[in-house]
Amino acid sequence: MTTTNALAGTDRGPEYTYADVYDLMSLMTGDEKHSAAATSTLDVLWVLYDSVLDVSPDNIADPGRDRFLLSKGHGPMAYYAVLAAKGFFPVAWLADWASYDSPLGYHPDRTLVPGVEISSGSLGHGLPLAVGTALGLRAQGLDSRVVVMVGDAELDEGSNHEAVELAAALELEALTVVVVDNRSASYGVPGRIEERFATNGWHAVGVDGRDHAVLHRALTRRRRTPGEPARPSVVVAHVEEKWS
Amino acid sequence: MTRDTREIFASTTAALLEEDLSVALVYAEISGQYFREAERLHPDRVVNVGIREQLLVNVGAGLALTGMRPVVHTFASFLVERAFEQVKLGFNHQDVGGVLVGSGASYDISGGGRTHQAPGDVALMDTLPDWTVHVPGHADEVESALRLAVAGSGRDYVRVTGQQNRDPFPVTPGRFHLVRRGAGATVVAVGPMLDPVLEAVADLDVSVLYANTVRPFDGRSLRAVLGTPDVVLVEPYLAGTSARCVDDALVDVPHRLLALGVGRRELRRYGAPADHAAAHGLDAAGIRRAVAGFLAAEATGHRSAGRSVP
Repeated sequence: MTTTNALAGTDRGPEYTYADVYDLMSLMTGDEKHSAAATSTLDVLWVLYDSVLDVSPDNIADPGRDRFLLSKGHGPMAYYAVLAAKGFFPVAWLADWASYDSPLGYHPDRTLVPGVEISSGSLGHGLPLAVGTALGLRAQGLDSRVVVMVGDAELDEGSNHEAVELAAALELEALTVVVVDNRSASYGVPGRIEERFATNGWHAVGVDGRDHAVLHRALTRRRRTPGEPARPSVVVAHVEEKWS
Repeated sequence: MTRDTREIFASTTAALLEEDLSVALVYAEISGQYFREAERLHPDRVVNVGIREQLLVNVGAGLALTGMRPVVHTFASFLVERAFEQVKLGFNHQDVGGVLVGSGASYDISGGGRTHQAPGDVALMDTLPDWTVHVPGHADEVESALRLAVAGSGRDYVRVTGQQNRDPFPVTPGRFHLVRRGAGATVVAVGPMLDPVLEAVADLDVSVLYANTVRPFDGRSLRAVLGTPDVVLVEPYLAGTSARCVDDALVDVPHRLLALGVGRRELRRYGAPADHAAAHGLDAAGIRRAVAGFLAAEATGHRSAGRSVP
């Protein structure tokens, strides 16, 4: 694996740009070019951490910070790259990721990685945990947002559907689900994810998962329209098909 | 007058919700009839998730991630068995604390059949580290265990059963109670097994230890009390669940162990809890028979280095 990457070993923290994140990913993968599958989550992650969520290394212990929960724990390179770019942990950690002594595994562990809110890997746990998190914050009078990222195929897991029903019934307005849809579900039907959430009482939109301006608008905290009930929201971020 | 254990669980939880703003109750329809008033008073901290047990456990874990102290409740069969991966990942892997309260136990719902019976719950919880496992044998002990568990910050499983002993004991995790001292074998009676054990061994020269918290297992008291190196475990769940704990405690002592508890075979019978206790040899007569046989085997020289698990 090449480690001639110009960013290796430096720690420029908040100065990293979106373009740098590809180089940071290369520290983990050794690839100069990344497949669409490896970066399916990248643009959503960048927009969330760069300009939407109130969470940073400075407030990571603050109970009132916004929460981002990565439920889809597979393929966390983009997640690690964005967290490193934003200064949650040193960039130097990336090069030997998944080694025995590295805190960065193929699935993230919240007890090992600063900034990681939940340990994930097994699918279908993040959204239920996010519902509990949103309830806990609300019970404590905290106004924080809870954004949880799932994959389209992850929605196969029935545990998600238990959570979708309840979140709407309990009017968890602080909760946003981002579905990164790279059409990897075996029985997926185009448009069905948005329909299903909307049927269950959620505010649902489908957007281009690569367009930062569009993502920013969709992911920014919504203001209720007059007469609209309090409800959770889902943003389905469509990206290139995984197997194409 | 005997108090109902599940009612005591509910009233204690309601009191804790009043006393401590960080306490939250999550349940899944089951026992809802007891929680109406608490739900009305604390709508933000009492959550009925409906018939959704995977969600139940992870909502509890999510509450814990925000610093709250969740009490998570349904029947043991659905709490521990159906949602086991949520227990493993939501609590252990996230490394957050919480209090799981399972009711129904091994055969409280004897008429309900296998679907509502969870004799394997403690064995299953035992595959995970760092759980304090309470097996109260009296309504007062349910209250003590729950208060202790909620006041802490760790992971606690409280196994609520309708089967009760006549007298309550204090609840001190990691400490068994010496109820009787004899010169011979030591009988460890867990939770509601104490009364049938005391009746079964009334005329035998044995010691009786009472355990209402089985994890951590109080191996030190077992060693201290040991007369002859013969141990009888009487557990109200799967037979042999705590056998390894006895072996750990006596690792340097050649010993014999008789491990009584609920059998693995599915009975496919209904009836009353007492019928099931008898079928599994956990009534006084059954315990008496097994213990007498165990002690006689030694007396007649059939001493074996191994242990006997039915």
